[in-house]
Amino acid sequence: MAQPQTIPAPITAFTSRRRRQLAVALAVALALALLPLAVADVFVMNILVLTILFASLSQSWNILGGYCGQISLGHAVYFGIGAYVTVALFVDFGILPWFGMLAGAAIAVVLALALGYPCFRLAGHYYTIATIVIAEAALLLVANAEWTGGAVGLQLPFAPDSWATLQFGRTKLPYYYLALGLAVATWIVSWVIEDTRAGYWWRAVNSDIAAAQSLGVNVFRSKMAASAVSAFFTAVAGGVYAFFVSYIDPTSVMSFHISLLISLPAVLGGIGTLWGPALGAIVLIPMGELTRSYFGGTGLGTNLIVYGVLVMAISLLRPQGLVSLVHLFVPRRA
Amino acid sequence: MEGPPLLEVDGVTRRFGSLVANDDVRFTVPRGGLIGLIGPNGAGKSTLFNLIAGVFAPSAGRIVFDGTDITRLPAPARCALGIARTFQVVRSFNAMTVLDNVLVGALVRDADTRAARFRAHEMLVFTGLDGRARALAGELTSPEKRRLEMARALATRPKLLLLDEVMAGLTPTEAREGIELVRRVRASGITVIMVEHVMEVVMPLVDHAIVLDLGRVIASGRPDAVVRDPRVIESYLGAGHA
Repeated sequence: MAQPQTIPAPITAFTSRRRRQLAVALAVALALALLPLAVADVFVMNILVLTILFASLSQSWNILGGYCGQISLGHAVYFGIGAYVTVALFVDFGILPWFGMLAGAAIAVVLALALGYPCFRLAGHYYTIATIVIAEAALLLVANAEWTGGAVGLQLPFAPDSWATLQFGRTKLPYYYLALGLAVATWIVSWVIEDTRAGYWWRAVNSDIAAAQSLGVNVFRSKMAASAVSAFFTAVAGGVYAFFVSYIDPTSVMSFHISLLISLPAVLGGIGTLWGPALGAIVLIPMGELTRSYFGGTGLGTNLIVYGVLVMAISLLRPQGLVSLVHLFVPRRA
Repeated sequence: MEGPPLLEVDGVTRRFGSLVANDDVRFTVPRGGLIGLIGPNGAGKSTLFNLIAGVFAPSAGRIVFDGTDITRLPAPARCALGIARTFQVVRSFNAMTVLDNVLVGALVRDADTRAARFRAHEMLVFTGLDGRARALAGELTSPEKRRLEMARALATRPKLLLLDEVMAGLTPTEAREGIELVRRVRASGITVIMVEHVMEVVMPLVDHAIVLDLGRVIASGRPDAVVRDPRVIESYLGAGHA
C-alpha cells in the first residue's frame, strides 16, 4: 500500500462523527440561548436554571464516573466546597465570586487528589463506599465549623445587580446564562477529553484494568487525573449555585441528596456518553421539581415515591440509558 | 548475529503460600527468536508468563530484559520498555470500537491521537481486522477477539510479544491463519514467546521449545529433539510410556 495520501475509511468516519457531535452541540447551545425569549414564568425559569446546572454537574461527574468508571456518591463534597468557599470569600473578604469560584475549584482539586491517594487503591465498590463516608464526614465538619456559619449557613448580603458580584435581585436570567456557559464548557471539555490519550486511557481503565496495564496505562494516575478534572468543574458549579440561591446551609449544598442529583442524570441518561448527563438532567430535574410541587404538600413524601417509581421505570425500560433512544431512529453502523 | 539475549530469566522462583509454581527457572531468549513454552496443565506456564509480563514479582531470582533488570517493574513500565502480551481469556475493551481498542495500545508510543489512530489502523490491516474497525469490540466473534488482542499488543511496538494460548479454541482453519499471523509477526523482527498447551500447534512453528513440569524446566532445545525426550513424554503421558 504505497499510497500515504489516502486516509482509511474508518478514520474519515471517525473525524466526521466528531465534527457532527460539535455541530449538534452548537445547535443545542444556540437553541438554549434563545429559549428565555419564550419563557416568562419565574417557576419555569427556576427549573430551567437548575436543569442546566445539574446537566453541567452530571457532565463533570461523568468524567470520573462515566469515562474512568470510578463511581462517586460523594460529589456533594466538591459542590459544597465550591459553594462555601465562593460565598465565604465574598462575605468575609469581599473577593469577587469569579475569583472565589476558582479558589473553591482549586481547593476541591487538592482535596480530590488527597482523597484519591488512599481511596484509588481500593477496588470497585469500596471506592464508592469510601466516597459516601467521606461526604458524610465532611457534612458534619461543615455543620460544626465557624467560618461556614454552622448549621445556620451563610446568607449573601443584599446588593445592587451586577455581573461583577453576580448578584441579581430582579431577574434570574443572568444565572440562566451563567449555568448555560458552564454546561457548554463542561460539554466541550468532555468532547475534547474523548479524543485525548488520557480519555482513551480512562475508558480502558474503566473497561479492564489488567488489559490497560499491559498496554502501558498507569491506572492510579489515570484515576487521579480524572478525579481532579471532575472535582474542578463540580466546585465551580457549586459556586454558581450558591449565588443563584443566595443562601446556603450544610444540607442544601452538601447532603447525600446532592450527590445523588449529580450522579443520577448521567447514570440514567447514559453513563460514559457525551449526551447522557444532559438528557438525564432534562428528565430528572424537572421531574423532581414537578413531583415536589404536585405531590409535595401531603407531608407523606408522596413526591419522593412518585419520583422513585419514575426513576425505576426509566432504568427498567432503558437500561443503556436514555441516549440509547437515539438508536431507535438512527441505526448504529458497524 | 548472537549478541546479548533479549530476555534472561535467571533462577526465578515464585511461591503462592506453600505451593511452588515456578522453581529456579532459568533460560534466555535470543533476539528475533520464536520460543514455545509448553507443558501439561499446572506446569507453571501461566505463572512464568505473568512473571515476565509483570503481573506479579518473583519470590526469588532475576528477570533481565534488553539489558535492564525488570524484576520489580510493574506491567505498564514493562510495556513502555517493549514487552507486550495477549491474555489467555481475552480482555477486550468491549464498549469501545475495535479501532479504539488498538488505539489504546498505540498511545503508549505516541501521545498524538491522530498519529496513533493511523498506527492502530495499520495494525488492523496487518491482522486482517480492518473490516471490523468500527464495530464494538464486544460484538466480535471469539477468533476475531484473539486477533484484536494481537493487534492491540502489536500497536505498542513491542520488542518481545508474549502470546498466551492464542490458538486455544480455534478451528483448524482459524489456527492455520493464526500460525500464519505469528510467522508474519516474527518476520517483522519481533521476538515471540508463545505459551501453548497443545504441542502439535507449537512444535512446527517455534525454533526453540522450553518444557515445564511441576514448576521446573525439564527440557529445552529444538522442538524435534524435545518431543523425543523421555522426560517430556513422561510428563505428558505419565510414567511407563517413555
